[in-house]
Amino acid sequence: MKSRKLSMLLAAAIALTAAGCGSSDSNSSGTAPTASSSGTAAGGEAPVSITVNCMPPKTNAAQRATFEEDIAAFQKLYPHITISKATDAFPCYEPRTFEAKLAGGELETVFYVNFPNVGRLMESGQAADLTPYTSELKTFADYNSSLDLFKKDGKVYGLPTDGYGMGLVYNKEVFTKAGLDPNTPPKTWAEVQAAAKKIAGLGAGYVGFGEYSGNNVGGWHFTASLYGRGGSVITDDGTKAAFNTPEGKAVLENLKQMRWADNSMGSRLYIDWPALMKAMGAGKMGMMLGAPDVLIGLRNDFGGKFENYAVTALPEAKSLFNGGAGYMINPKSTPEQIKAGIKWIEYEFLTPGKGQLDYVRAKGADLTVGQPYPDLYGADTPSGQAVNELRKANANIDAAQFAGWVEGSKGIPAKAEPGPYAQEIYKILDTPMSAVLTRQDANIDQLLADAETKVNSLLTSKG
Amino acid sequence: MSTPVADRKQRQPTKRRRSVKRNLTAYGFLCGALICFAFFSWYPMVWEVILSFQQTNFVDPPVWVGLENFRTVFNDPAFAPAWINTALFTLLALLCGYAIPFVIALVLNELRHARAYLRFIVYLPVMLPPAVGVLLFQWFYDPDYGLFNQILGFFSLPGLQWLNSTSTALISLVIVSTWMNLGSGTLIYLAALQTIPSELYEAAELDGAGLFKRIRHVTIPQTKLILLVMLMLQIVATMQVFIEPYLLTGGGPEDATISVVYLMYQYAFNFGNLNAGNALGLMLMIVLMTFSAIYLRLSRDNTV
Repeated sequence: MKSRKLSMLLAAAIALTAAGCGSSDSNSSGTAPTASSSGTAAGGEAPVSITVNCMPPKTNAAQRATFEEDIAAFQKLYPHITISKATDAFPCYEPRTFEAKLAGGELETVFYVNFPNVGRLMESGQAADLTPYTSELKTFADYNSSLDLFKKDGKVYGLPTDGYGMGLVYNKEVFTKAGLDPNTPPKTWAEVQAAAKKIAGLGAGYVGFGEYSGNNVGGWHFTASLYGRGGSVITDDGTKAAFNTPEGKAVLENLKQMRWADNSMGSRLYIDWPALMKAMGAGKMGMMLGAPDVLIGLRNDFGGKFENYAVTALPEAKSLFNGGAGYMINPKSTPEQIKAGIKWIEYEFLTPGKGQLDYVRAKGADLTVGQPYPDLYGADTPSGQAVNELRKANANIDAAQFAGWVEGSKGIPAKAEPGPYAQEIYKILDTPMSAVLTRQDANIDQLLADAETKVNSLLTSKG
Repeated sequence: MSTPVADRKQRQPTKRRRSVKRNLTAYGFLCGALICFAFFSWYPMVWEVILSFQQTNFVDPPVWVGLENFRTVFNDPAFAPAWINTALFTLLALLCGYAIPFVIALVLNELRHARAYLRFIVYLPVMLPPAVGVLLFQWFYDPDYGLFNQILGFFSLPGLQWLNSTSTALISLVIVSTWMNLGSGTLIYLAALQTIPSELYEAAELDGAGLFKRIRHVTIPQTKLILLVMLMLQIVATMQVFIEPYLLTGGGPEDATISVVYLMYQYAFNFGNLNAGNALGLMLMIVLMTFSAIYLRLSRDNTV
């Protein structure tokens, strides 16, 4: 028979252990065996071995070097802990292998997860309860609301290490070409429409405003726009859809206006996350929704000319979709491994002046310093102040590129993903997004009503 | 003194042993294939069936939930569009992907010059990795700068939205699929055509049969079995359409290209509901097994 059913492959993925792919053991990455191998430990603590993931890939040599350096320093600081394996598979959270690795005992002790998947992992019991150990974290009390995303029924299941609110990313060079002032980006959706129209008027290939419409990212960006307008995707109790409202309608009408009346969105559909990033990086797109990390992504991964881009506040924003990522711990871990895992997360991602927050080292390694994220701690907390001071003192990028976002987002509350079934809901919301971007006669009221019925049915079935 | 019956009894195990010994190498090779099949196909298939009746997070012990996963899948609003699109895709892909290679094979078979060169040209797309072939079409389909709209424009015809329209997205995927599989189909048909004895055509020509009569009364009956095999294989293959919607449309616009396997992928990897994904996979497997059973039955009837 010519081909096998994909379902067999899915089952194979469970049956087989995802061994070794994209991983390197700690010895090859410069770390040394510690007390655990001798069966004794300094300070009387029992030796424990953990594995971690999201080591920067070899292609990102500078960041990889800092990570390897940190593993060695961490093991020296905690001689009873051995990091026996650091995986560099990219993307760090890969849903296609996650459950296979969990089933096969190959999932790392400390694993990366992006915000849209946090709720699902908590709901399905695929992350360890960290509540009993959080008191050992020195910076725990300083966390801002990003921590809420990792809480369920009063328990903590993970620690955010990267957080930011949504904004409007724009290309300053394109703005200038279109006769727009790059230092006064749009503040209202009407201004976005007008700017997009001017940019599209530059000629063939220019797109004023780019937007997603498929593979769940369409629904994801609908959510970001809806939150900005003060709407919600689901009710507070999570039992019903809440987007069939004037705010939801405004999101789609705005897109319909730009796509069909103004012809400022081009005709290409962007159906996955890299597609829009590639288009933005190519330099002929004026604006897109995006958080400050998009600028670094455009620079590092999509060939964008960094100095051409800036991020400003989301127009007319009433709340900001909270994007970011964090780390959870394998639910099959022992209490000792959980404690050791938390220590690693704290050392590498949460301690001002250490690990990834060591801005002195980052500046020396020619990594970007000065971008206003991760935004993890309250601005008035000791950790928040320390991070901001270190960042400011060592900045090597133009802070003005982020200034509009920093100033414009102040005081606007963050809003989390719409519950544990966010991905299913995003899939449903892809439909109205793709409809308004592909059909001039799209009936927005009908599209929202249909999507509402589907989401309500989904939430009812989930109980 | 031994009886003839006792002799036969004694000889039989010896004969069997000799037969086994003679075929030892063949059995060795067979073992390798069987182990591979068992490990990579049959074992996962059994797991698929088990998982589709369970609820598991791979941390706690699995719970048997009966038909719950099937209910989840059945109540999904994307369930009906996925099956309809898959059926439609299969039908269209058969119409194009079955007939076009056969016609090309007939033409190639009739050619006296440059046959090898043309055969290579036709087979070329098969050599491309599927993802590359599919992504190539992403550019061809671009409504503004794509090759296809440029060609339409050359003939003063209006451009199409291709992947961006609910009315053309599915057929656009069929075109990709047909192009990608054209080479293998053509070669198989060509091989079958070349096995037809030339005397049959000569006799038909002497009887005054024209081209279409020769095709109808000689070519088709002589290639009936291979046509049947290809029909069933194509049904089984095209019903599993995945890479085209995954790479080109993400199931859209408006679920116009969502397929059963794409929905399965969503369940398993994006929604984190591997059990529901397996339930849907089991449904598809039953449908495909039905077609395979029909194929086996028909091919047996034809070979007897």
